Amino acid sequence: MGRIEAVFSRRKKPAFIGFTVAGDPDKETCIRAAMALINGGTDILELGVPFSDPVADGPTIQKADERALAAGTKIDTVFDIVRELRKKTGVPIVFLAYYNMVYHRGIDRFYKEAHDAGVDGILIADMPVEESGDVYETARRYGIDPIFLITQTTSDERIKKIASRAHGYLYLVAVLGVTGVRDTVSSGAIDLLQRVRKQTAVPLALGFGISTPGHAKICAEAGADGIIVGSAIVDIVERNQGNPDTMVQDLKTYVEQMKKAL
Amino acid sequence: MQKKGRYGKYGGQYVSETLMSALIDLETAYGKIKKDREFVRELAAFQAEYAGRETPLTFCPNASDELGCRIYLKREDLVHGGSHKLNNTLGQALLAKRMGKKRLIAETGAGQHGVATAIVGAALGIPVEVYMGEVDTKRQALNVFRMELMGARVIPVTSGTRTLKDAINEALRDWVANVRETYYLIGSVVGPHPYPLMVRDFQSVIGKEARRQVMKKEGRLPDTIVACVGGGSNAMGIFYPFVKDDVELVGVEAGGEGIDTGKHSATLCAGEAGVLHGTLSYLLQDDDGQVLPTHSISAGLDYPGVGPEHSMLKDSGRVAYTAVNDPDVLDAFRFLSRKEGIIPALESAHAVAWVIKNADRFDRDDIVVINLSGRGDKDVAEVAAMQGRF
Repeated sequence: MGRIEAVFSRRKKPAFIGFTVAGDPDKETCIRAAMALINGGTDILELGVPFSDPVADGPTIQKADERALAAGTKIDTVFDIVRELRKKTGVPIVFLAYYNMVYHRGIDRFYKEAHDAGVDGILIADMPVEESGDVYETARRYGIDPIFLITQTTSDERIKKIASRAHGYLYLVAVLGVTGVRDTVSSGAIDLLQRVRKQTAVPLALGFGISTPGHAKICAEAGADGIIVGSAIVDIVERNQGNPDTMVQDLKTYVEQMKKAL
Repeated sequence: MQKKGRYGKYGGQYVSETLMSALIDLETAYGKIKKDREFVRELAAFQAEYAGRETPLTFCPNASDELGCRIYLKREDLVHGGSHKLNNTLGQALLAKRMGKKRLIAETGAGQHGVATAIVGAALGIPVEVYMGEVDTKRQALNVFRMELMGARVIPVTSGTRTLKDAINEALRDWVANVRETYYLIGSVVGPHPYPLMVRDFQSVIGKEARRQVMKKEGRLPDTIVACVGGGSNAMGIFYPFVKDDVELVGVEAGGEGIDTGKHSATLCAGEAGVLHGTLSYLLQDDDGQVLPTHSISAGLDYPGVGPEHSMLKDSGRVAYTAVNDPDVLDAFRFLSRKEGIIPALESAHAVAWVIKNADRFDRDDIVVINLSGRGDKDVAEVAAMQGRF
């Protein structure tokens, strides 16, 4: 059983999946921030691989990508961060990447290096299931879970196709739009959860726009297997760039509060 | 068999999941209207009565004398709005209307595509919002005003390099958030399938007319056709109807300050395969796959990607892609203005510059067709400023 599957099979309440951008604001602080998330109770860590043109992301994560790149983060740095984290934790690590980062390095090389470093899953934001043939086979060969997105505009027919390739969990996009903090969890998100549930037994995690304990509670009550929080975490990193000690404390407290609501 | 939306290995649909249903709907809708006689008639009527087609194929006696070959210009500068861009926006906006979309969004670099979208928005009564890099809103201020005059809202983009690439990023983000009501009207043969196909089809009117016109005037096909390449829509439009013929096709990219300086936009000359804005194509990128900043004297060519079909035509060798640098472009801008009384857009001046630089390789009787994709009025203030005027 893979690390991601193990999280969902032994869980008693929904998993908390926390996202931060690898190398934001720099390599060392990012490792401390990631460990703070894990110490606060994060069940799965998502690491964004910074990209120059993150079209699926809103301003918060775009700026985090820019900070990471300005700090000199390369793909090698991102793998270094994973290797450092693997010395300290067995929590599953999932990459969120844009396809050019993978394609340019070579699909096989990227997945092999990811596997060797200790990555458990990879989601490519601009890779719909129709284009995922090579990536899917490579991921399976290296025992990495290919994670796919499902959104409110995904037809039932395509949900079936995506679910048939899903491993680890399915990432359900709670809003129409890019990443970023929002005030409420839309009713569309709950409808989507129920629609996908009918088609698959793969764990379903809701993300995009989820930031408060109130949101976490709504998702848990609707039967989500996990919630994914990105921009709210990146906000804390951004606010405390100059003060890593406060950052670490705030991140841990934030995750603890969110976990309590689940 | 060629996979759907592929040009060799290039093309595809690399977009976030939210947009897949919109692309599937678009593909279906376009497939239908393509064969719909009523649509074809409606588009032809707009082209003739509104856009001013067909555009002339102008023989240039003075430039021909000077350069030692028979030079023709395909006069897309005379299309309403001042460039070839309206060919595409008319087609797509009529399609959007049939699809029941309530809002058009577009990206623009030089502002020509934004202007062409504002035009169709006003003509067809559909609200238009145009994303434009902040840098470009400054160097093409006149076009910003033209768009606003026609009722479009121009949104300056302040993320990333603040040019065309980032304008496309923001337009894609807007589309993801408003996908049900909004039609994203892409201005070049770039982006995910079916855009490269659709834009090429709508722009092919250029090459079809040119073919007819040159046959009538010269009784034979031209020896060489030259067009500038940014995203590559005017080039695809004139090349496509000649791809199977024995005609030399030359695509001229923006060499900027020189390819070896790194300050250029010569994607096909200096890039490698990569994925940006939904398509696999040549791309200017660093060792890690991060997209590189670009430079060109012409905002319309200032883009790190290029249409996927061009990538295939480069690999197959069917089209020769080359680049000219900013100073040669300025010389060509002045040359055509003075010799023929035609001020070319700085984009189109790249094609003119290549012919001037390569005049030696042509004989007196060789027929060279340059796609004059736009007029240079929009660039006059900037060129004057470079000369220290105003």
